Amino acid sequence: MPLLEVKIPPMGESISSGVLAKWHVANGAVVKKDQPLFELETDKITSEGTAESAGKITFKIEAGAEVKIGQVVATIDTDAAAAAAPTPPPVATATPEASAKEAPPSPAVRRLAAETGIDPATIPGTGKAGRVTKGDMLAATEAQPAAPADSPAAAPSVVKPAPSTGERQTRKKMTPLRARIAQRLVAAQQEAAMLTTFNEADMSAVIALRAKYQDDFVKKNGLKLGFMSFFAKAVVHALREVPAVNAQLDGDSIVENHYYDIGVAVSTDRGLMVPVIRDCDTLGMAGIEKSIAEAAKRARDGKITLADLEGGVFTITNGGIFGSMLSTPIINPPQSAILGLHAINERPVALAGQVVIRPMMYLALSYDHRLIDGREAVTFLVKVKQAIEDPARLLLSI
Amino acid sequence: MDSFDLIVIGAGPGGYVCAFRAAQLGLAVALIDKRATLGGTCLNIGCIPSKALLHSSEHLAFAQHHAAEHGLKLGSIEIDLAALMQRKDAVVAKLVGGVAQLAKARKITVVTGAASFDSANTILVGEQKLTAKNIVIATGSAPVELPFLKFDGKTVVSSDDAIAFDSVPKKLVVVGGGAIGLELGSVWSRLGSDVTVVEFLPKIIATYDDDIVRTFTRLLQKQGLKIETGAKVTGFAAGALTAERGAEKLSFPADKVLVAVGRRPFTDGLALDRVGIELDEKKRVKVDARLRTTAPGVWAIGDVVAGPMLAHKAEEDGVAVAEWIAGKAGHVNWDLVPAIVYTDPEVASIGLGEEGAKAKGLAVAIGKFNFAANARAIAAGNPDGFTKIIADAKTDKILGAQILGHNAGELISEVVTHMEYGGSAEDLARTIHAHPTMTEAVKEAALAVSKRAIHAL
Repeated sequence: MPLLEVKIPPMGESISSGVLAKWHVANGAVVKKDQPLFELETDKITSEGTAESAGKITFKIEAGAEVKIGQVVATIDTDAAAAAAPTPPPVATATPEASAKEAPPSPAVRRLAAETGIDPATIPGTGKAGRVTKGDMLAATEAQPAAPADSPAAAPSVVKPAPSTGERQTRKKMTPLRARIAQRLVAAQQEAAMLTTFNEADMSAVIALRAKYQDDFVKKNGLKLGFMSFFAKAVVHALREVPAVNAQLDGDSIVENHYYDIGVAVSTDRGLMVPVIRDCDTLGMAGIEKSIAEAAKRARDGKITLADLEGGVFTITNGGIFGSMLSTPIINPPQSAILGLHAINERPVALAGQVVIRPMMYLALSYDHRLIDGREAVTFLVKVKQAIEDPARLLLSI
Repeated sequence: MDSFDLIVIGAGPGGYVCAFRAAQLGLAVALIDKRATLGGTCLNIGCIPSKALLHSSEHLAFAQHHAAEHGLKLGSIEIDLAALMQRKDAVVAKLVGGVAQLAKARKITVVTGAASFDSANTILVGEQKLTAKNIVIATGSAPVELPFLKFDGKTVVSSDDAIAFDSVPKKLVVVGGGAIGLELGSVWSRLGSDVTVVEFLPKIIATYDDDIVRTFTRLLQKQGLKIETGAKVTGFAAGALTAERGAEKLSFPADKVLVAVGRRPFTDGLALDRVGIELDEKKRVKVDARLRTTAPGVWAIGDVVAGPMLAHKAEEDGVAVAEWIAGKAGHVNWDLVPAIVYTDPEVASIGLGEEGAKAKGLAVAIGKFNFAANARAIAAGNPDGFTKIIADAKTDKILGAQILGHNAGELISEVVTHMEYGGSAEDLARTIHAHPTMTEAVKEAALAVSKRAIHAL
């Protein structure tokens, strides 16, 4: 557990001591890099000490104590930083954040919420005391994951009114595509020993990263950085860590895959399709976003071929765009597992003994227990969660 | 030796508000001012007397030039300058009296006299010694004097004198086309002076956008003021102000010259060097982000530190410092200080102008709306000017606004409020504005940002 020492910095040749007038953070709080920690008063000048690293701070002296230059006044547990992904900065502390949540959304935000179906409560706000601004809503509108249905209102459950002949039922033949989907779904459930394990992910790191780099990303690549590229990369990362999930049963043989073609479920008017994005391990984020966008377009235009749908080793499905909080997806045979992503909702969570509001998303991994045991499935999902909560892990492959 | 929690030097808007807030927070406060009456420059010789004169002279201008339109036959109108000045004095007296009453009710010890530092926590006023753990310097500013055009109080004057002439000068030349010069120039022009404003920069009120300034200049000229820009004043001799415009030599005959080229921070006689309080390169008291000087326990606010030299900014500084001293969370948003020129029509601004935003490389969307298309403006006979809102092209966040029109100073307030909450032009446009009011012109400008103004194409 690496502990960083927080020392009183040198202040000039004639200054050898001072008073730590006040702490700006609470003992045990998780601090961010460069966050002001304490106010130091000396004969000549008052200055601030800042955190050299993020982590959980433990005080070694009280406010008001006399200190010498170089004295260790606190330690920061830098491991604890990983658990606390930085939130996009609201202007003030918890109380004003609470009041921002009570404050009604502004007129433009209400209009956008009604038009896009995005709930302002699920978006981090950059306005005063964390209020959601029009700009925040516009950014969220552009960033909707790139596996879209035509609109949330076109959910399959909308019942068309009966024809005016007065019949209480109408009868249509299943399209071949729908018949095939139906057959495969049933087969998947009958063949595999299927069950689902769950976890949750704090989306704030990804949200912050997207907010920070969106403009540069668009400028360079001509399209937006969505969420799916993060999910895909997290899955590739987890597949590497838990190769048992990247395998299939064929008769009585276990086939291990050494490539990373990931299927992305796309909902279309004709039904559910899962075009495969090839070699997600070699594609960059932009490459993944582009491939998903192209595949979704082909699916919607009815231009998907059989080849597009074959050869995937894993599938990602996102019910969150329709508002699903949690679900148990069905595996896409002959694959052995499927990751379900859901709506990102702001929830109160406990963090270092405090209640904080974070944008949380439930993760569901349905898997074939004939091949993958519980420990592997849970570990896989934890790896996905960790990579989403701390995208640096993708870079460092840890 | 009298001991306090807080000593405030200077009882202008910064100083007295700081003292009042500190008293609210339970501190024992001493408030020192050289002047027998409280209120500083603002109440005694600045904002307030000039506004009284502006309103009196606006009524005169209405009576002379517009009454007939309204079917009012007033015959010949005489000006009793003494009575006009008496009214101005009465307004001032009422306000300084009010401040004194509030100070008394709050049990603030008021000391009259010139203050100087004996040590970082001891102040001398004459023979009296006062000590406090915290001291606030709120000594404000004084008119800048040009070295070749020194004030003599009679012919070459500052705004201090120009609010109290005992007769209407025949020819008044105003050096400086900023708010103070234009306001006082307007007053005397309406009262009958032949007024010429001589400005060094290529435009008057140079911090405003070009479109606002062009229309404003034209309106002032229609009112009879002569505006000379790009002219560098060189001296005053033989009853005429001399100036240069490039190679061209100019001469403006004048009975009085009002020099209004700015104000300088005032720290004379405080003995700041005695306690290590440093000044910056513009002779303002050097302070950190919390308005603390280089002497521990000493703070400085208002015109004497950096930032817009405006009374409301000084007031906010004063409140924040009182709150910091009392261990609370003070706060000033120095980015959202509105500014107003109290001519007729008024000019008001908040935040970034179009030119300011472009200079920062921001992509902006602009919405404008003419008062000539506003129902109330037409009914009231105030059709001049327009509203202008500057928003971020991508997020629609309001970056700033400028308004030229009757009561622009009151109208700008709602834009300031929206900006405090990070509001967008659409937020302002979707907020109901009563009809018929001039504020609808602000709403329409916000609509115009996305090309959706209802009452204009």
